[in-house]
Amino acid sequence: MDDLLQEFIAETRETLEALAGEIVAWEAHPSDRARLDAIFRFVHTVKGSCGFLDLPRLGRLSHAAEDVLSDVRLGKRAPDRALVNAVLAVVDRIGEIVEAIDGGSSLDDTGEELLIAALADGSDQVAAAPTIAQRAPARSVRLNVDLLDRMMLGMSDMVLARNELSRRLRQGDVDPAVEAALERLSLTVGEMRDTVTRTRMQKVEALFSALPRMVRDTAAGLGKSVTLSIEGADVELDREMIEVMRDPLVHMIRNSIDHGLETPADRRAAGKRENGRLQVSARQSGNQIVIEISDDGRGIDVDRLIRKLVASGRDERQLRSLSDRAKLDLVFEPGLSSKDGVSEISGRGVGMDVVRSCVEQIGGRVELDSQFGRGLRVAIHVPLTLSIIPTIVVGVADQRFAIPRQAIEEIVTERSDAIRIDLLGDATVVTVRDRRLPLIDLGKLLELDAFGRPAMQMLAIVNVSEGSYALAVDTVLDNEELVIKPAAPAVMTTGLYAGQTLPDSGLPMLVLDCAGLAHVAGLDFNRIGRGLVEEAAVAVDEGAPALLFVDLDGKRRAVPLGIVDRVEQVGTDCVKWSAGRLRLTIDDHILPLVAVAPIEGNKVNVLRLKDGVTEVSYAIQEAIDIVQLPDDVVPATGEGMVAGVVLLDGEQIELLDAYAVFAEHGDPEDVAQAPLCLLAGDADGWMTAFVKPMLENAGYRVATELAVGERAAVVLAGETSETAKGVGAPTVRLRKRKAAAGAADDSIYRYDRAGLLSALEARVAATGGR
Amino acid sequence: MSHLYLIAQIAGRAVAIDSDQVESVVDIGEVTHVPRAAEQVRGLAALRSRVVTVVDTQAALGLAPAGSDARRAVITRVEGHHYALLVDALDDVAPFDLLPIASGVSLDRGWGAAGRGVVERDGEPILAIDLTALIPGHGSHSVN
Repeated sequence: MDDLLQEFIAETRETLEALAGEIVAWEAHPSDRARLDAIFRFVHTVKGSCGFLDLPRLGRLSHAAEDVLSDVRLGKRAPDRALVNAVLAVVDRIGEIVEAIDGGSSLDDTGEELLIAALADGSDQVAAAPTIAQRAPARSVRLNVDLLDRMMLGMSDMVLARNELSRRLRQGDVDPAVEAALERLSLTVGEMRDTVTRTRMQKVEALFSALPRMVRDTAAGLGKSVTLSIEGADVELDREMIEVMRDPLVHMIRNSIDHGLETPADRRAAGKRENGRLQVSARQSGNQIVIEISDDGRGIDVDRLIRKLVASGRDERQLRSLSDRAKLDLVFEPGLSSKDGVSEISGRGVGMDVVRSCVEQIGGRVELDSQFGRGLRVAIHVPLTLSIIPTIVVGVADQRFAIPRQAIEEIVTERSDAIRIDLLGDATVVTVRDRRLPLIDLGKLLELDAFGRPAMQMLAIVNVSEGSYALAVDTVLDNEELVIKPAAPAVMTTGLYAGQTLPDSGLPMLVLDCAGLAHVAGLDFNRIGRGLVEEAAVAVDEGAPALLFVDLDGKRRAVPLGIVDRVEQVGTDCVKWSAGRLRLTIDDHILPLVAVAPIEGNKVNVLRLKDGVTEVSYAIQEAIDIVQLPDDVVPATGEGMVAGVVLLDGEQIELLDAYAVFAEHGDPEDVAQAPLCLLAGDADGWMTAFVKPMLENAGYRVATELAVGERAAVVLAGETSETAKGVGAPTVRLRKRKAAAGAADDSIYRYDRAGLLSALEARVAATGGR
Repeated sequence: MSHLYLIAQIAGRAVAIDSDQVESVVDIGEVTHVPRAAEQVRGLAALRSRVVTVVDTQAALGLAPAGSDARRAVITRVEGHHYALLVDALDDVAPFDLLPIASGVSLDRGWGAAGRGVVERDGEPILAIDLTALIPGHGSHSVN
């Protein structure tokens, strides 16, 4: 919220500065409509933001001024001298309060009632003289984009110069002192580059963070209940774009709640869940950022849309003969409100046409996908002017290309046993486990065939919005975060590239557009109706994902997917019994290896498990599948590396206790010194089974009951359990659902290890309980 | 009106290029090939920290593409993108008066689209060309 407040202050201050001239001009010519409009817009904006930011004083003032100005605009009141003075006094006061908020000082609110009273018709009140508030120094500056661009350019030059320098230094014998200095330079330059790049980029989070509150308020005002889910808040976008997107996004979400989602009673009647589902997501796709807003409401009623347009004088036959898509696009006709009544929330004449023109202004487009009665999906595509995206660099023939990592599901080698490649007519299909996917040979598609190509290829399984396919490349080289810029039109018209980038090597590289590749290759995905309702149904029984595998002793076990870094095959010659335990040499590291049975043969699969700090390897026979864990876990009796048993497809599957696995290898702290964590209300034993070992490994002492004289440093409680009263320790609550119930919900998702530990740590640190 | 022109050699012929269109003249480094792009697009090259699109000027004029060892290029900027147009050599920079192309002279292939007039150097007529017309994806509707 602080960010929003800062933004509000900066914006208000800026508008006020710009408005100063208008105010003077209005004072001289009270009948000047343009000036009046400018001032009206200002108070209107302030009023809107105030409701949102919970600033009742400002809200009251701006609301009063807005009312009066609105009367003047409608011609109900004449802008006489007294009225102008009163409005100006209010505007001044708004400026003072904003400065006071920024400076953190308090401003006495006497006289504000007088200011408001002075606005009343026929009032001869003299507006109170404003007090002068000290203006706090601004903590943000606004910069010209050109300046930032020049800064970025200079930064890139610096990186290249550094690379050149280090290349030259490496050619001869170098004094270690020089090398150390270069190292330091490199580090600084690297950090600097990140900082400079971030100056232009902002996470979409800035756009999304205000949504939960807005959705709640809007829904409450309409008597509807809405479940909002937000995805991809960490996608980064040019700041300019974020600003332009703000209003259209708010507008469309309000539209969705007001027009799209039905009232709970209607939803029940339609056989839907009472809670409307609203999903807002951002993702990068090709050379675009796609912001998607989808709801499971009633969708667009095309028939009614046409009836309304016909009523306003359009030719019915012509409208009826349009394609389905064109009919949907009628929503963008100016001045159209598909709702019959105007409500508090929307339908005030700002229609979808305004949304579309806003988006098109920045070179974007709006796409609608409506299923009448089932929901509406609006996708806003905005171009990437500049962005940093994680990529995977692949090699084909003698060239390198970058593929956005987001598009890649996994990378497999062609020779793996799990892969089959067949010819289906003249199309190549690849079967990866039990998925059958079309295959694109990147070399062939790019006509790089003439060069010598290795027989063995790597397959990247690529996911685009329509479906998935396998992309065959010669080699997978690297993982790199790259600054992507749009390429020249002559390059973009090929439809294959998302942009260009200049990696540290100094040789330009093209970034592939995965959706474009599929299009150019002529892949035809049978659109599987990704109905929103289906999605919602799946989401209901969403458990924690886990990897199902066959353990060395032949038993099928599962391990929470979150901690599996990867599955790898290693030679048994890398496995040694050394320093008192089994250890594995991999990537120049020595990892502790857990094996429940003797390892045989000369190859073995290992799971590489990571808890964020330490890494442990676990030998298995083979990985089977990724499964969703049901919520019911029968805890294990006794100690060991099995946390409990779950039922998967009617089969009992042991759940590996990852915490125990890591606990065995953690460095135990001095136990008596450790802060005591009390598990409250652990009726089902879940906390004891899952959390206790993890906490102990993290350096806590754990107890389910306090001994006499003991004091808990922190209490960990279940979602519903009663807090042990009188313990006098802060409480951390766990919840079973992944999503928080609202802004006020400070509980932690129970499998969110990092979140849990940091919450505990924060609470312990706050009480000094250590 | 006298105006500053660059006299360069393209496909063995001298041409005059309006100096306002030229940002710099460089020797480009290694070129990244752009698969499936138009023939005129030689590829991408790095010019300090900037990526420029290298245009094979001969191909853009409808002639046989220049060999891949051509390095000298004129840098121009069109609609926010930087392009390097390959030239054989650079002769001179000097002020000239732009004259109309003599009537009845018909220019062939790309020359017709790019030709803007004639400058005279020591009695030798030199075709003045518009670089924008040679940029693939821009050429058809050039303004000048």
